[in-house]
Amino acid sequence: MEKQLTVKRFFTLYLPLAVIMLFILFPFYWTFVTSVKPEEELYGAIVTYWPSDFTFEAYRKLFTTTVDFLTAMKNSLIVAVFTTIVSLTASTLAAYAFSRYEFIGRKVLMCTFLCNNMFPTVLLLIPLYSIMRKLGLLYTHASLVLSYTTFTIPFSVWLLMGFLNDLPMSLEEAALIDGCNRGNAFIKIILPLLGPCLVATGVYIFMQSWNEYTFAMMFTNAETRTIPVALKNLIGQLGVQWDLLTAGGIITIIPVCVMFFFAQKRLVEGLTSGAVKG
Amino acid sequence: MVKKKSIWPYLLVAPAVLIILCVVFVPVVNAMIMSFQSYDLRRPKDIGFIGLANYIEAFGDGKFHAAFWGTIVWVAAGVGFQFLVGFALALLLNESFRGRGVVRAVSMVPWVTPGVLIGLMWRWIYDGNMGVLNDLLLKLHLIDEKIPFLAQDGTAFPSVIITIIWQGIPFFALMLLAALQGVSSDMYEAASIDGAVGWQKLFYITIPSIKNTIFVTGLLRIIWVANSVDVIFNMTEGRFGTMTMSVYVYQKGNALDLGYASAMALIMALMLLIVAIPYLKMNFSREE
Repeated sequence: MEKQLTVKRFFTLYLPLAVIMLFILFPFYWTFVTSVKPEEELYGAIVTYWPSDFTFEAYRKLFTTTVDFLTAMKNSLIVAVFTTIVSLTASTLAAYAFSRYEFIGRKVLMCTFLCNNMFPTVLLLIPLYSIMRKLGLLYTHASLVLSYTTFTIPFSVWLLMGFLNDLPMSLEEAALIDGCNRGNAFIKIILPLLGPCLVATGVYIFMQSWNEYTFAMMFTNAETRTIPVALKNLIGQLGVQWDLLTAGGIITIIPVCVMFFFAQKRLVEGLTSGAVKG
Repeated sequence: MVKKKSIWPYLLVAPAVLIILCVVFVPVVNAMIMSFQSYDLRRPKDIGFIGLANYIEAFGDGKFHAAFWGTIVWVAAGVGFQFLVGFALALLLNESFRGRGVVRAVSMVPWVTPGVLIGLMWRWIYDGNMGVLNDLLLKLHLIDEKIPFLAQDGTAFPSVIITIIWQGIPFFALMLLAALQGVSSDMYEAASIDGAVGWQKLFYITIPSIKNTIFVTGLLRIIWVANSVDVIFNMTEGRFGTMTMSVYVYQKGNALDLGYASAMALIMALMLLIVAIPYLKMNFSREE
């Protein structure tokens, strides 16, 4: 009986899980293996599944040659940090107003923010390009930060509204009765409770701008280009430098992965309550 | 909810509204104006009002037609399989077994990987000469000679669709898993007592209980996948039958033909809005 159960569990749980996980993880495995293979082995006639010889040459080249990955990382960091600060501040205030006040125009504004999530990136990309060009902002970090708020603010407002609607009103009401004003109640009571949710939302915003490519490709030049553009630029006239590209890829995903693992639980709570309950 | 008249809510929403006004509203109006103009930055002298000419051109443009159908296939196959595999993964992760937390966390990595990198990673896997997929298939004797997956008509589109499926599995899995954990176990116990078997529980309890999450997640993914440029652009640049509307608009934009690109982008936005109407309705009926 017990053996039968184990067999059943193998076919209904472990085997399908292993197949899906293999599909999900293989590309990462392959990216890593490619990044540590010596060049002769990488472009040799035989495909090897584990490098015969480990080398971190590609990682060294990434930072010491004309690729200048460090500048790209710095640019990505600047853009992501500023996008996060701007979006998080604006969205938190707006989400608080939507969640706690009844006011004229509330529905229209909420609908506007929701609709914004539906806009095709390319619809905004083209006019923004021409506007940034006229304002002289093209090829600056600011042009990217502004462009990224087009999708980070609407989404964060909805995430944070989900979180806020789950916090009972009675908390602030108690504070108000105790003589606190609304601003103080927000800072002393809501913000601390909202803290982990703000972190989760911040991680989401950071991740989005760290990974963004479509705007970055058009709005940056050699000095201001971000990581995704730098990765793309490793594809040259003479083919692709796969060792450098994969090494750059591994470096790119490590920081966001770490942040994501800490934030994922809250993020999912917000996504399911914000997006589903409305 | 505070009902009394107060200036506070307006002050609180002001920053977000102001930013969105400047970076979304103004550009969209701008795009509308540009869509009625000949606005090609390579020919700045010809910039001027041309009425509906861009829209008429789009309806007669064979490449735009191909991109339209490409988008339908891309979204239907992409999101469809993302849902199926993501749901399967969510059901598996809802079981208890050792190491579940680790497996769950690790399975989410594609979601945090940049689209460019995803496109390029898979391009390397699919490579016609040194690609690992060709090598594996040869070793398994499933093929006799190497296939240039991304460089021929029949295989390029399925290949990029597999890539977008791979990217979207985690988001579905994550959202559906959260929903599954909210389904009370009482219902399953009651069903078991009544003699229900596995698939009956799935179709009569699980799916009805989480249908809202399925609906919302599906809709978000439809919109994201329809808008996705980076994966296709970095794998095939829309060649070999892999053109979608967003990639085509992006190419026209990159070529600085802004008037025509805006007209096509607006047609696309209208289509997405139609898809989104049930979602908007649901959100606001709940508000009442």
